[in-house]
Amino acid sequence: LNKTEPWKCTGIESMIHLILFLIFGAICVAGAVNLLAQRHPINSALSLVVVMGSLAGEYLLLGAEFVAAIQLIIYAGAIMVLFVFVIMLLNAGAEEDTGGSRVALLFGVPGMLLGAVLMAWVLLERSGTQAVSMGALPGPPKTIGWLLFHDFLLPFEVTSVLVLIAIMGAVVLASHPQSAQQRGKES
Amino acid sequence: LLSIETFVIVSVIKIVIALFVLLTAVAYTVWLERKVVGHIQNRWGPTRVGPFGLLQPLADGIKFLFKEDLTPPHVYKPLYIAAPMIALVCALTSISVIPVGNWVTVAGVHTPLQITDLNIGLLLILGITSMGVYGVALAGWSSNNKYSLLGGLRASAQMVSYEVSLGLSLVGVLIVAGSFSLRDIVEAQGGHFWGFIPKWNIFYGGQIIAFFIYLISAYAETNRVPFDLPEAESELVAGYHTEYSAMKFAMFFMAEYANMITVACVASLLFLGGWHGPVFGPPILQALLPIFWFVLRVFGFLFVYIWVRGTLPRFRYDQLMAFGWKVLLPLAIANLVITALVVTLRS
Repeated sequence: LNKTEPWKCTGIESMIHLILFLIFGAICVAGAVNLLAQRHPINSALSLVVVMGSLAGEYLLLGAEFVAAIQLIIYAGAIMVLFVFVIMLLNAGAEEDTGGSRVALLFGVPGMLLGAVLMAWVLLERSGTQAVSMGALPGPPKTIGWLLFHDFLLPFEVTSVLVLIAIMGAVVLASHPQSAQQRGKES
Repeated sequence: LLSIETFVIVSVIKIVIALFVLLTAVAYTVWLERKVVGHIQNRWGPTRVGPFGLLQPLADGIKFLFKEDLTPPHVYKPLYIAAPMIALVCALTSISVIPVGNWVTVAGVHTPLQITDLNIGLLLILGITSMGVYGVALAGWSSNNKYSLLGGLRASAQMVSYEVSLGLSLVGVLIVAGSFSLRDIVEAQGGHFWGFIPKWNIFYGGQIIAFFIYLISAYAETNRVPFDLPEAESELVAGYHTEYSAMKFAMFFMAEYANMITVACVASLLFLGGWHGPVFGPPILQALLPIFWFVLRVFGFLFVYIWVRGTLPRFRYDQLMAFGWKVLLPLAIANLVITALVVTLRS
């Protein structure tokens, strides 16, 4: 790739780029469909891992290498491991097949088609048809750090407080008030 | 800059060499472990196959290939087969970003001694390591065996917990070097403090604490003694690989040792100056010496790994968790804050 201006690729490079994009995109969509089609929770969770992983590949193709690595570490690695962990702990079995609902078939499918057509039309009309070029997203860690701790400092800090509150809520919900009372009596 | 054809050829050659060296190193780390633990326990270790038992890994490999590959009837087959593959693939992929020496020119092609120099190299290793948890967790679950399930649960809980302090212990080094690329980090460690102490990260500020945090967390990440609770044989038979035999078992085994080697490589690169060392003599020696210094450091780490295994007893599970969250994590955060302060005040 052109080192100084990596988004200016020509010929064979842009072709490889397109092929990789299509491969990752196909894997991503296949994973998402499989997530819905599978009846066992662990298969669904693993399909979601595949979706996350192929999204990381797409980020990499856009030149957002830091976001791609974080996507892999946080989402595909940490969060989905916890999902799998919970499924293993609960020993959840295969889900019951309800045979689908008529309402979903009547309104869901046409609604989805309408939404897809609408979205495609807006994208074609409004933003032109050219693809997002490589390097269009903030890639290097330095740029991301500057955005987080300078341009978006307040939203970033507020979010961290929000996450802290959520963690405290989880601890309160998980601790048994009865056993806490017993411990109080013993001491 | 290389043309695309040369680039592909050079990359394929490098991948083949790296895989060959890594797998041989895995086989001989097993030999080294049996030999060293044997001597620690006042035994000889393998002696029968070849001189000093040096052909023992070959005999083991042949045995693994020809043993019956049992699949118990009650397992969940797709994941039971996929789990050892996930574990091994993740363990072998990490080697792709590890540099073993300087740039070299072979047959007119100037190339680094590394499969690829990514600017997110370290993050890639962390990401792939976190994917490796699936191999262990799914093996435990899909075996449909209580011992396997307990082993898998322990392994995933332990790896997720210690990954936090492992990651935080590396951030100090990243602040000092200012890059995620392993090559940049090593190159920043060239030269000396006050003319005689090598400028390795371990001597920089509080990085010696970070080094020990990394070492301890890495033992837990690779499920080695004293943190080998996932396969604690006295209570769980063999943990997550109880139901595996022949080549599938060998894949878990190889993954464990490949992970040990990766961890040793990362520790040498980040804290001990990678391939820096005295270089002298004719050009061919000058090209080979950095690789020798690097391999020497990795060997030292593997030796300490084995030494610890021969010395320490196993932790209890609650001790393991308490140690990870209440001792290592606060220490890692404190070290990070101090390093950030030192670097800011110096610049």
